[in-house]
Amino acid sequence: MMMVIGTGILLLLAVAGARVVTTRDTTEQVITLGFYGLLTALMFFFFQAPDVALSQITVGAVALPLMIMLAISRMRVRDALKKKGQEHD
Amino acid sequence: MTERSRKRLFAVSGTVLFGLFSYAALNLPAWGDYRGPYGNFISNLAVYERHATDTVNAINYDYRGFDTLGEEFILFTAVVGVMMLLRRERGTRTKPLSQSGKLQDQPTLGVAVRATNIPAMILTIIFGFYIGLHGQLTPGGGFQAGVILASALFFIYLAENTDAFQRLTSHTAVEVIESVGAGAYALIGLAPLCFGLPLLTNALPLGKTGDIFSSGNIALISATVGVEVTAAFLLVMYTYLQEIITGEIPDD
Repeated sequence: MMMVIGTGILLLLAVAGARVVTTRDTTEQVITLGFYGLLTALMFFFFQAPDVALSQITVGAVALPLMIMLAISRMRVRDALKKKGQEHD
Repeated sequence: MTERSRKRLFAVSGTVLFGLFSYAALNLPAWGDYRGPYGNFISNLAVYERHATDTVNAINYDYRGFDTLGEEFILFTAVVGVMMLLRRERGTRTKPLSQSGKLQDQPTLGVAVRATNIPAMILTIIFGFYIGLHGQLTPGGGFQAGVILASALFFIYLAENTDAFQRLTSHTAVEVIESVGAGAYALIGLAPLCFGLPLLTNALPLGKTGDIFSSGNIALISATVGVEVTAAFLLVMYTYLQEIITGEIPDD
């Protein structure tokens, strides 16, 4: 029984990991990455590392997506500013 | 490289990798089988020697405390690096807030969402302290408490706006707290040297197994790590937000 659940989680991780890579839209990527982070935490918990799972939940599902989100919005602002500058010239 | 040759290359290397991977997987130890002697040895010993029921933290903050000290300074250096990279030099042309268009800083969330954010934040803070203070007893400890406590303040960013978050984290105090957290670990490690004991010796009274204030050094170091990690995450967030709101104007 444990082996079935474990194999299921690992397979789910593989599918989710592939999905993160194949997602093209950057904003959607953040969401899939966050979900992948949560799944990783589930895996850590299942394989008896609850302390690693705890930090993985916050780092993988909150902090990392948030930082990527911020980086994306920064790039958007820069692109918008560039476009604006070109219009003035 | 054309699309087709790329796919062909992937098919070949993918098959080889899959074959090797399957071969390696067949030779793995059985499910749940543990072969290292060190783990069993130390989980039998940690409660008796250190009065810590969470063996992981007994290893992290005591048996291999020196490694964790190094790890903590990796985080410290990384945060300092981010802050240095994104620092504002005098004379940098920055964009005024109004130019940032969509990033105009106004709360757009409904009252209900903002109201639920407050209890959620309080719960997260309590949970963070619980995890941090019970580091030597249950899974968790300083690092986990730090990230949880830092993410509690992200609720403010979610519910209010960047302004509110920055008001809390823009102070030099956060930087000082981070340094104090990192430095305290080093000092706790160095203190035994004054008494002629090896570095990071657990010389404090061990207390009763199961108490919050037990296991000597482990609980203390866990607390300092928690302080350091909380401040570190907040500083990185603050620096990132600062970069977005008042970023440099691109040349050209």
